[in-house]
Amino acid sequence: MIPLAQEIAVRVTDLSYRYPDGTEALSGVNLVVRRGESLGILGPNGAGKSTFALHLNGILSGDGHVEIMGLQVNKKNIREIRRMVGLVFQDPDDQLFSPTVREDVAFGPLNQRLEPEQVDHVVSRALRWVGMEGAEKRSPFHMSFGEKKRIALATVLSMDPEILVLDEPVSNLDPRGRRTFIELIDSLNVTKLIIAHDLAMARAICGRVVVMDGGTVVADGETSSILGDPELLERHSLM
Amino acid sequence: MHHDFIDRYSRLDSPVHSLNPRAKIAALFTLIIVCVITPPKEWWPFCIYAAVVVIIAAASRLPARYLLTRVLVVLPFILVVAIFVPFMHKGGPSFDLGLFHVSREGLIILWGVTVKALISVSCLILLSATTPFDDLMHGFERLRVPHFFTTAAAFMYRYIFVIIDEAERMGRARDSRNFHGRWLWQAGVVGRMAGTLFLRSQERAERVYDAMSSRGFDGTFPRWQDGKMMAADYVFIAMVAATAIAARLVVLWK
Repeated sequence: MIPLAQEIAVRVTDLSYRYPDGTEALSGVNLVVRRGESLGILGPNGAGKSTFALHLNGILSGDGHVEIMGLQVNKKNIREIRRMVGLVFQDPDDQLFSPTVREDVAFGPLNQRLEPEQVDHVVSRALRWVGMEGAEKRSPFHMSFGEKKRIALATVLSMDPEILVLDEPVSNLDPRGRRTFIELIDSLNVTKLIIAHDLAMARAICGRVVVMDGGTVVADGETSSILGDPELLERHSLM
Repeated sequence: MHHDFIDRYSRLDSPVHSLNPRAKIAALFTLIIVCVITPPKEWWPFCIYAAVVVIIAAASRLPARYLLTRVLVVLPFILVVAIFVPFMHKGGPSFDLGLFHVSREGLIILWGVTVKALISVSCLILLSATTPFDDLMHGFERLRVPHFFTTAAAFMYRYIFVIIDEAERMGRARDSRNFHGRWLWQAGVVGRMAGTLFLRSQERAERVYDAMSSRGFDGTFPRWQDGKMMAADYVFIAMVAATAIAARLVVLWK
C-alpha cells in the first residue's frame, strides 16, 4: 500500500554518498518512513548506517533526495529540518560539550531563539522526560555513561523534534541501563529511526526493520519476518 | 581519576563564592595591575596587597593547604628566571662575596619579581578556586572578552579529561604488550601515540561540531544571562580596588 503524502515523515530517494577520500558509503538508498513509525535500521559495521543518519538533517549531503515531513533537505530549509530531526549520536561525549547539563539541553532551544523563560521550561520538561529532573547544574563529564546517554537524548527532546534518529542508543550500556533506556525510547511519542546491530532492541521497539549492507537497503519488512529469517541475518553478519 | 582539579572547591558556600564572577574578575584584576606597576623599592605596599589577598582567602573558606601548594607551584619558575639577576646586574652599590658580586639593585629586582608574581598568582588562584569554570567564562564574556577565547577555554575544560582518559587507555594497551619505553629507539612509539591522539582529538572535534550543527548551531553562541550585580558586588570591587590604588598613590606621592 502506498502511503499518502501527509503520512510520510521521511522519504529518501536514490541517495548516494562518497567520502572525500573516494570510499563509497551509500549507493542508491531508497526508504520511506511513515509518521509515528518506529523503524529499526540494522546492518553490520561499515554498512553506512551512521553516514545515512547524517543525511537526514543535512550534516552530509550526497546525491539524491531527502525529504523530511514534506520538506526538501537543502540549505534553505536547514534550520527547520534540524528542529524537526533530533539526531542523537552514539558517543554522548560527542553530543555533550557544555560545562553544565542545563546549557547542553538549552543549546538547541537557544539556537531556535526561544525566549529565556520558554528555554527554562523546555529544559526542565526534557529532563523530566528522560528521568533526570534537577540535574541542570551538574556537569555532564561527572556523570555515569547511562546518565550521559539520557542527557544526550534530552538535548534533542528539548527541541521538540518530530523525528528522532538514534545511533546505537544502547551500545555500551549495562543490561539494566539497556532495559530502562529501551523503555524510555519506547515511551516517546514521535517517529523513530533507530540504528542498531542489536536484534533484541529492534524486536522490543520497532514495528518495521530495514537491513543495510554495502551502503544500500537490502531488506525491508515487518520486524517479525526479517528477524525470523536466519539466512538473511547470517548473510549480513547480523547473526 | 580526578577530573576537577581546576575548580574543585568552586562550589563551596562562602561570601567570596557567592559574589558575582564579574565583580571578582574586576576587583582581582585591578589588584593585579596595581601590584605589577608598583615599584619594588618600598616593601610596605606589597604587605597591603598581600593582606587583601589573605583576607579574601580567609573569607573564601578554602583550605589553606590547597591554596599554598598552588601558589608555591610557580615559585621555581620565577626563581629560574630571576635568581641570576643579583649576580649579573651591573652598576650601583654591590656586596662582595669573594667570587661573586651581589648587586643591591639586582636584589630589589629579584624581590619585586617574586612578590609580584606570588600576589598575582594568588589572585588568579582565588578567582578560579571560588568560581565554577562555566560561571567564570560567562563572567569574562559579559566583560566583553572575545567569544573566541572563552569558547576555546570552555571546550578545553570540557574535553581535556576525555583526551587524558584516551591517552591513559592507549598507554595501558601499549604497556600490556610489554612496552617499557626505556630505550631511545622506543621514542618513536611515543611520538606516534601523540600523533594518534591528535588525530583522534581532531576526529572527535568534527563529531562534536556535527552534533552541535544538528541542534541548529550556526556559528554564534547563544548568550546566557548570569546573575545581576548586587550591592555586595560593588562594595567588594570598591574595597579591593580602593585599598590597592590608595597604597599605590601613597608610594607615588612620597
